[in-house]
Parts: sequence; C-alpha cells; structure tokens
Amino acid sequence: MTRTEVKTAVPGRVQTRPGRPGWWTARRRDHLAGFLFVAPQLAGTVLFVILPLGLMFWYSFHDWNVLAGGFTWTGGENYGRLAQDPALPGVLGTTAMFSIGLVALNLSLALVLAILLDQKLRGTIVFRTIFFSPVAVTLVAWTIVWRFLLQDDGGVNGLLSTIGVEGPNWLRGETTAMVAVVVVQVLKNVGLNMVLFLAALQGVPKELYEASTIDGAGAWTRFRRITMPMISPTILLTSIITVVGSLQVFAQIDVLTSGGPGTSTTVLVYYLYQNAFQFHDFGYGATLSVLLFAIVLVLTVIQWQMRRKWVVHED
Amino acid sequence: MKTERLTTQRSRRAKLLLYGLLCVLAVPFVFPTWWMVTSSLKSANDIFAFPPSILPADPSLSAYARVFEFAPFAAQYFNSMYIAAVVTVGTLAVSSLAGYAFARIRFPGHNLLFLVVLVGLLIPSEVTIVPLFQLFNGLGMVDTHWPLLLVPIFGAPSVLATLIMRQFFIALPAEVEEAGRMDGLGRLGLYWRIALPLSRPALGAVAIFSFLHSWNLYLEPVVFLSTPEKFTLPQALTQFTDAYGGPMWDVQLSAATLSALPVLIVFVVAQRQFVEGLAHTGLKG
Repeated sequence: MTRTEVKTAVPGRVQTRPGRPGWWTARRRDHLAGFLFVAPQLAGTVLFVILPLGLMFWYSFHDWNVLAGGFTWTGGENYGRLAQDPALPGVLGTTAMFSIGLVALNLSLALVLAILLDQKLRGTIVFRTIFFSPVAVTLVAWTIVWRFLLQDDGGVNGLLSTIGVEGPNWLRGETTAMVAVVVVQVLKNVGLNMVLFLAALQGVPKELYEASTIDGAGAWTRFRRITMPMISPTILLTSIITVVGSLQVFAQIDVLTSGGPGTSTTVLVYYLYQNAFQFHDFGYGATLSVLLFAIVLVLTVIQWQMRRKWVVHED
Repeated sequence: MKTERLTTQRSRRAKLLLYGLLCVLAVPFVFPTWWMVTSSLKSANDIFAFPPSILPADPSLSAYARVFEFAPFAAQYFNSMYIAAVVTVGTLAVSSLAGYAFARIRFPGHNLLFLVVLVGLLIPSEVTIVPLFQLFNGLGMVDTHWPLLLVPIFGAPSVLATLIMRQFFIALPAEVEEAGRMDGLGRLGLYWRIALPLSRPALGAVAIFSFLHSWNLYLEPVVFLSTPEKFTLPQALTQFTDAYGGPMWDVQLSAATLSALPVLIVFVVAQRQFVEGLAHTGLKG
C-alpha cells in the first residue's frame, strides 16, 4: 500500500530494487552494510583495547615473574605493594612535576607564539613554518640531537659561554635534567598547539576589539576580557590533549636520561616499563598500568567537568 | 602631521622589536635540525669544534657510509618505510569505512557501538602495553612486525582516524548521495564512488597523522622487537654506540638525518596540508 503511494507520489522514479519482497528488504541490507563497515574497527577496538584492558586488571591480581616462571593468584597483594612501594611517591612526584611543567610551558609558549604570529607582519608564515618544523622531525632524531647539544661540552653550553655563563652538565644534574626533558619535549610539539591557538585568535570577531577600544580598554584588558574568554574552548581542548599526552612521554626520557640521574626523571610510564620489561615483573607492571589508567581517567573527567565552569564561550 | 610621524616611527620600532623577538625565539626550533644535517657532513672531530661552523668546511659523506657498515640500516629503513606505508593505507581503509557507517547509516545499535569504539580514544596505548605484549606473545608474534601493523590499523590510533572521518562524513549534505542512490548504487558504491572522492582533505589528514604516528613509534618496537634486522628507525638510531657504550656521534647524526629526511621533505612540499592535517587531528604530547 505504502509502496504504491510512493510510486504515485514520485512519478517516473525508478524503484531501486524491485521484486524483493519479504524479510530481506533494502533497509535490512543497509543495516548489514553498516555492521560490516564498522566491523574491522569494532573488532580491533575489542581485541586491542578492551580485551587488553580486562587482561590488565586480571594480571594485576597475580604474581607473575616471567623469568622465575609461575602465574599465581595473589588477590590484592600487588596493590598492597603499590601502596608501600618506597620508590612510588618519588615517581609520582616526578610525573606530576614533568606533566605540570610540560603543560604550563607548552600552553604559555604556544599562546605567546600564536599572538606574535597574529600581528599584522610580513613574513610571519616563515616563522610559523619554523616553529612548526620540529613536529616533522623524527621524534628520536630530535631527541638524539638535543642529547648531543646538552652535553657538558655541547652546543648549549658553548652558546652560554659566549655570554659569559658557565652552563651546568644538563643531563647529569637532577633539576637540570628535568628542565631539559621538559624543554626538549615542548620545543618538539608546541607548534601543534600554536597553530590551534592561532586559528582561535583569528576567529575572534574584530568588532569586539574595536568596541572595547572605543570604551577605552587597554591592550591587557582587551586580552583578558575578550581574547581569553573567546579562545577558552581551544585552551581547554589543547590542555586536555597536552596533559594526557604528557603522561605518555617515553621515548624522550629513554633516549635523553633513561630516567636518571638516579630516578629524577623516572616518570610513571618509564617506571612501568622498567618493572614489566626490564625486571620482567608483569604482575606489578600490570598494577602500575592500572594506576596510570586511573590517573588518565580522573584527569580526563576533571577536565570535562571544568568545561562547564571555565569555558565561557562555546557553541 | 608631527604626531603621525611619531606613530609611524613608533610602530616601525615595534615591528623591529617584534621581528627581533621572533628571530630569537626561532633559534631553538631551527638550530637543532640545521645542526643535525650539517654535522652529519662533518668529520667526527669537527662536530665538537667550537664555535660550531654554520656550514661544514670539508663536507663528506663518510659518516653516511659507516651508518650502513655498523648496522643493517638499509633493512631497518625499509622496515620503517613499509610498516608506515601499510599502517597508513590500512588506517585509511578501516577508518573511512567505519567513519562512513557511523555518520551515514542508521543501523540498529550504532550509537552503542560508537561508544564502544570511543573507548579506544580514552586509553593511551602505554596503559595496555603489558597485556598487549602477553597477547602477542601468546600468538607467537613477538619479534615480528605484526604488533606494529595490527595495533595501529585496528586499535586505538585508528579510532582517532575514525572520529575524524565521521566528523567529515556527517557534514556532507544528503543530496550528494541522492543521485547515486537513484542510479542504483548500493552502500559500497555510495561509499566508494561518492563519499570517498569527496573526502580528500580528511583522508589527507588521516594519512599524514597515521604515517607520522607509525614513523615515530618507539615504545612498541622496543618492547616487541629484539632482532636488529627487524628494528625500525627510531629504535635503530639509539644503537650506534662504540665498544664502550658511548654514542658514535657522527654516525648517529647521519642516521638521524636520514630518518628525518623523508618527512621533512613532505613537510616542506605540502606544508599547508601537513600543518592543518596534524593540527586538526590533535597529535598528542
């Protein structure tokens, strides 16, 4: 009945699949296509994300040293060990320092660079290219170069000596090693956030500035009252990406400092790697993975909550 | 008249100051790459010379020759290349299919399944590296390239790609598919003949993002691979050490330059797509 109605309503329209009555309708076929299209991604997520996540919890309740052999249920023993691990407070402190330093430096430098590039100047495109270029350099190559430059007799101290400053042996001092790891990582990727900020700055309606200038607002007031609120969604987005990303930094630390000197740059990911793949303690490695997972989850939830309070302008 | 001249003078001074500031800020960004390339052409002793010469006095490719002597570097280079290429093509296929279906086909349960896939976005691959190792160990795939191919194509990294593709396909107006449907195209036809050709910008972004992700991958190769012939470049770069474990800088810098060259060339040639593609995928870190 409906079919004939459609036919008369759209005269001359060719029905796509005539003569297929019953269960196997065009709609069902379309649904099947939908399932088949998402199947690879879905299977991959289940197999390589969700299943490992479950296994991670399962392993964390076991004592499992690959070298010693054996896989025995120990209940919450690994979690007890986690609570009493004398190295863990230091590792978490290092992780917090690294993440806070990285996010603060990355976001503020990205904003400063974006503001500088947003001025009406000729040739800013060249500088944009320069600031973005480390993103295109292989991560480990970039890190190796910096390890060379940061040596005691390397390029950084050479440069400092020309202005009469005797630089420290960067990667051998606890504080300086941390500073070095943060700065090297920020320089590598700050271009990404810079580009996002630049797009946000260019999206602020110029009339807002004109109106406030007439009202007698100074540059700083305009920045605080107009620019910051208008670009706050971008600040939030980039901070989420950068915070979660900072918890994943592994290669740079492995190449620059191997977590040292001492344990001064051993962040949680590196500690996890050491326990699981150097000490072959997979049970405890899985427990540390649970901790990392919990931290990432809590941070993500907090930031999405902040979205309501903090972000003034959002569509 | 007088005030006008004053303001132009002041703005010129401000401009100069701005340029100066930009130049100073540019040094730590551009110097390491410049220095890496030029030092790779210098002799081992000249690398340490101070002040460093901006251009190598006596450029030579001898360090490059030694790169291939000390390590199966050609094989390692090939490994990185083919893995990144397969990952890129695979990610494009998987993510464009899933992205298309999630955006344009209203099949039962699509919202729930989309949420399941989104879990991959929440979980950094570092969190699951221990169980993943055991998973591939159980499959007999440790010290093979399979984990470096399968996980990026089907696992967490491609979820981000699927999200990008979905956003793009959602924005396509319904009319563009209408004509194809009237011509009797099925879903596969609509996807292949109509949606995909229109989605070049999104595909470009996904391609750049997934190639670079694979090219830079470090933790996974270090965890999964143990035979030098199977190494990928990032892992191989760290292996150029002398008998005492100290790095052989000239060789290492040549290898580093070689590893950076292809992506840098793409960056210079296709800068706009590169910047926009990566900025909108929100690469981590």
